[in-house]
Amino acid sequence: MTRYIVDRIVQSLAVLLVMSFVIYGLIGLMPGDPVDLMISADPKVTAEDAARLKALYGLDRPLLTRYGNWLKAALGGEFGYSRLYAKPALVALGPALVSTTILVGISFVLSLLIALPAGVWVATRPDGPADRTVNLACFAGVSMPPFWLAILLILTFAVGLRWLPAGGVPTRSDVGLGEQLRHMVLPVATLTLLQIGGYLRFMRAAMIETLRQDYIRTAQAKGAGPARVLLKHALRNALNPVVTVVALGFGGLFSGALITETMFAWPGMGKLILDSIMGNDFNLALVALLFATLLVLVGNLLADLAYAWLDPRVSFTEREGGP
Amino acid sequence: MSEALALPAPGDGFLGRLGRRPLAVASAAILALLAALALLAPLFAMLSGIDPNAVDLLQRLEPPSAQHWLGTDDIGRDVLLRLLLGGRVSLFVGLTAALASAVIGTAIGLMAGYWGERADALLMRLTDGIIALPLLPLLIVLAAVDLTKLGLSAELAGSETISLYRIVAIIALVGWTTVARLVRGAALSVRTRDYVLAAIGQGASPWRVMAVHILPNVASPIVVATTLSVGNVILLESVLSFLGLGIQPPLPSWGNMLTNAQELMTSAPWLAIWPGMLIFVTVIACNLLGDGLQDALDPRAQE
Repeated sequence: MTRYIVDRIVQSLAVLLVMSFVIYGLIGLMPGDPVDLMISADPKVTAEDAARLKALYGLDRPLLTRYGNWLKAALGGEFGYSRLYAKPALVALGPALVSTTILVGISFVLSLLIALPAGVWVATRPDGPADRTVNLACFAGVSMPPFWLAILLILTFAVGLRWLPAGGVPTRSDVGLGEQLRHMVLPVATLTLLQIGGYLRFMRAAMIETLRQDYIRTAQAKGAGPARVLLKHALRNALNPVVTVVALGFGGLFSGALITETMFAWPGMGKLILDSIMGNDFNLALVALLFATLLVLVGNLLADLAYAWLDPRVSFTEREGGP
Repeated sequence: MSEALALPAPGDGFLGRLGRRPLAVASAAILALLAALALLAPLFAMLSGIDPNAVDLLQRLEPPSAQHWLGTDDIGRDVLLRLLLGGRVSLFVGLTAALASAVIGTAIGLMAGYWGERADALLMRLTDGIIALPLLPLLIVLAAVDLTKLGLSAELAGSETISLYRIVAIIALVGWTTVARLVRGAALSVRTRDYVLAAIGQGASPWRVMAVHILPNVASPIVVATTLSVGNVILLESVLSFLGLGIQPPLPSWGNMLTNAQELMTSAPWLAIWPGMLIFVTVIACNLLGDGLQDALDPRAQE
């Protein structure tokens, strides 16, 4: 078990290292250039000054040398300064991570609370009218352009009914919790509606597959009641693949909320990534993208571990027997 | 179960099974209609005598009228014509990027599955690596790359054709993994069957074995995955274009027609409704059709 985990962690770090080089290279291909930006901000800088600055920052050196220098600094915990926030890039990342965790966390829990029970429920009546309706609704959810869903919700609840604010986060610290919650309703609703469909369809498929197994028939034949068969025998096993998919999706959520955060001016990771790329804030973009990659990799690792932990047949352990 | 020995009844073929899935049939019809309307868009423009790119600041944000059936946008262009022309762009990007992904994925999957061992380990490591990336931010970075820094002339880099093909290219670059995994799995299992071993023993080249013996076995899952990915690609294209990183105006796409929609929401809400509605309808139709095809192509999945 330990060996497997160590292997997987080493693998993930390798992917992260390769990614850091790819992103570093791509960032160098963005429009604009840090020194050019400095020149446009200060007309007194001459061409010689610019050349000297480029030499000073090492921008005239080959890509590999520059990357090597960056990596050395990064491993020492030094990720450079953010142009947009005028802070060290890591410091600028902190609050965004907190905002995203709140938004993503709440909508993630909400969507699971709706999707999993609903998925189990429709799995017990496959191809009935309820199943067909829910199935169509799920397809609608996964086919919805995120920005359009946000626009529709804003049009309805902020512009039309005037019940809720259209976006932003209250900055004054004297507004109450109620006002802060009101600002969260629409972004949370958007993210939740976008996620439910996928999880529900997956839960339903896993449950239907499990209910077809012989041991379910055995349990029924031995006189176990329908509720007991469903919850005790079927759900326990049907949840295994679902947990894996949920863990896989979770890592991606941190950067996947990019559109929702942008539409509702929610100052999270996704919006920070977009703003830093669009605003030529290369140091910040690099750190944020690497952090987003790291979160996805952690999600994948957790998914693998959860899968192996839950399903005793997948064995890389000396663990005896199973639950 | 008892039907296992029954002779196939009429309508048990692929089309018969697809025909019993009304949602899939309706989806196919809607997609065909949208494609036909989009293809005929230049004809409609000619017949109505409206130039879809003509700016008319005296007719900004007009509500629907006899001349402009769906009204005009914020610089006075006809919304209906631009929707149809945008459909050409969105459908073109969706189809070409999905097909390109399928071709790349099939090639990589076949090579990994046929040669196995080292080639397999290497290619699947690459596939896993790409799957483990945060997709949307990566696409944004790729879409924001300044092509002049890669040696393209400024004129070419800013052209309409390049903006169209670069989005196809970057989506295909990250979109091939699903098909690669499907094909690899199937190729691995077919590779050891007797008839494949016999073909190899008779001196068939690896390419012949892949094309004649392995590929037909994986055609169905490839078709299903590609249909589903057309919808996903259209969704991704619309997101990138919406953010100003995909299809560049004045060339309309359903995504970039919504770029200003948020600011205009109070004055002209219909501008925010139509392009999004078309994206939604197209994507859900692709997904329902893909789902229907999956069941129709794989009779064993039927209960």
